[in-house]
Amino acid sequence: MKHLALVVRTLAAWLVTLLIVFPLIWLVLTSFKSELQAISVPPQLFFTPTLESYVEVNTRSDYLHYASNSLITSLLSTVLGLAIAAPAAYSMAFFRTRRTRDILMWMLSTKMMPAVGALVPVYVVAQTAGLLDSLTALIIVFTLSNLPIMVWMLFSGFKEIPPDILEAARMDGAGIWGEFAHVIRPLAMGTLASTGLLCLVLSWNEAFWALNLSSAKAGTLATLIASYSSPEGLFWAKLSAASLMAIAPIVVLGWFSQKQLVQGLTFGAVK
Amino acid sequence: MSFLELKGVEKLFGSHRAIKGIDLAVEKGEFVVFVGPSGCGKSTLLRMIAGLTDIDAGALRLDGRDITRLASSKRDLAMVFQSYALYPHMSVADNMSFALRLANVDKAVIRDKVGRAAEILNLTQYLQRTPRELSGGQRQRVAIGRAIVRAPKVFLFDEPLSNLDAALRGQTRVEIAKLHRELGATTIYVTHDQVEAMTLADRVVVLRDGAIEQVGSPLELYDRPANRFVAQFIGTPQMNMIDTAALPALRDAVGAAASTDGFIGVRPENVIVRAAGSGRLAGQVELVESLGADTLIYANVTAQGESGSVQLVARQNERTPLHPGDAVGLDIAPESFHFFDRQGHTVAIQAR
Repeated sequence: MKHLALVVRTLAAWLVTLLIVFPLIWLVLTSFKSELQAISVPPQLFFTPTLESYVEVNTRSDYLHYASNSLITSLLSTVLGLAIAAPAAYSMAFFRTRRTRDILMWMLSTKMMPAVGALVPVYVVAQTAGLLDSLTALIIVFTLSNLPIMVWMLFSGFKEIPPDILEAARMDGAGIWGEFAHVIRPLAMGTLASTGLLCLVLSWNEAFWALNLSSAKAGTLATLIASYSSPEGLFWAKLSAASLMAIAPIVVLGWFSQKQLVQGLTFGAVK
Repeated sequence: MSFLELKGVEKLFGSHRAIKGIDLAVEKGEFVVFVGPSGCGKSTLLRMIAGLTDIDAGALRLDGRDITRLASSKRDLAMVFQSYALYPHMSVADNMSFALRLANVDKAVIRDKVGRAAEILNLTQYLQRTPRELSGGQRQRVAIGRAIVRAPKVFLFDEPLSNLDAALRGQTRVEIAKLHRELGATTIYVTHDQVEAMTLADRVVVLRDGAIEQVGSPLELYDRPANRFVAQFIGTPQMNMIDTAALPALRDAVGAAASTDGFIGVRPENVIVRAAGSGRLAGQVELVESLGADTLIYANVTAQGESGSVQLVARQNERTPLHPGDAVGLDIAPESFHFFDRQGHTVAIQAR
């Protein structure tokens, strides 16, 4: 009976995994097809792979330009986000007041609002400031949209650190920076790393604001992908190739950092 | 001027005065214990001295310097926490040397000081371990080591023994006393355990509801309590407290002080159990606790007033053949009486 349950559970897990991975596999396959093969019905599972879509994407647009925009915006928005979220989470986790919960809920509630609701004001502000199609605008908007989640994650991580340990550090002569560098940073490394990585991934994948606030100059890989979708002609193979090139760096990063992402550092030290 | 001085120190939590104007002077090298029931503000007061809790009014001076508003990190005090609060990601050696490393002390000096502290505390073989690989008692010793390595102006202990089991608590108490004798460091120690207070302190500060009830040496508090609260807080079992109206026989025994209206306090060791029919009072045994060295006899004495009877506890060194229900006589030496008025203040005994 127990054995059967295990088999069923394993099968279910594989089924779910397959469901999630299937579109990705299909994307990879399509990107190596010719445009005609890509739309053939029934779809071909066995075909002679070709690199023509990749060549086409690379000649038609400057991949490295978009990739470097993506890299800059996601890295800087992550660094900026951590710099703002860490002190905010610190104060909320270690100097709690009656309103701390409310502030956290308010922050989260901003994520429940559809982004398009803020599009017009943000667009107008960006335009007035002369920041349309600039990396600066994207970095600011990415940072702002990630902040609530970052504060939440860091807050939950910091909360696990017993306040006694910070007080002990203070008694030992550590100022606020010493406290952060020698106690919070090492103890909350897992939280800090996973928060940073998540923010990096979210910024990298961000499409809504990138599409609306940037075009050729500051466009990220998300806008590159979008530019291959067109109302006429054949574009599935090229779109797949561009998508794969866009997500490849972040997939590789995720692969190498999965341990860090999953790891929750726990120390049983206080008692 | 004293080494550490508190002048009218106050703490407000909202509109509640948690600490109500504490005046206290601690001399260099003194071992002072704050004791009181839970919620009396003893830990809050210690944290205010440490700088971990803000002082709302009054002044705090250490070694001639006003430190009322100074950050904890600059006060040069060391604290041992109830939870030990060791740095979980550092080895024992790094835990103990953390403050010195922050202060950029020379590495050779640090090694020397940590080595010596580890030797005193029997931690030498554990220096490379992390806190989670240590037992509770060892962690507590590391926490103490972290404090003594620094040679701070004042050691602060916040109920350091309450997480240890009874045997280890007694042992560590003896070690702390020995350590203080050797180092001669000024120490403020918070506890709710009056045995710790009595055995460790040069001076005990009894606190209640954020105010000082009495300051004195352990035996001063025991022999001359300033009020009913201190009288009953210090000493186990508690001092017997008898309403003068309930037992006029006792009051009459004192003669000249017979006019006293209030309470008579008697330590259990001053209540003498005699055979039934003898003694000033007649009672009935309610319970006998045989502790080996001590025997506690709880006896009910018929009294006037609503309650109908008063329970007295007697403590004697001899064992007893008495059982619950046995009739006994009780005697109390009048010179061991403590008198308290209706407000609980101690009243000096008049000439007998």
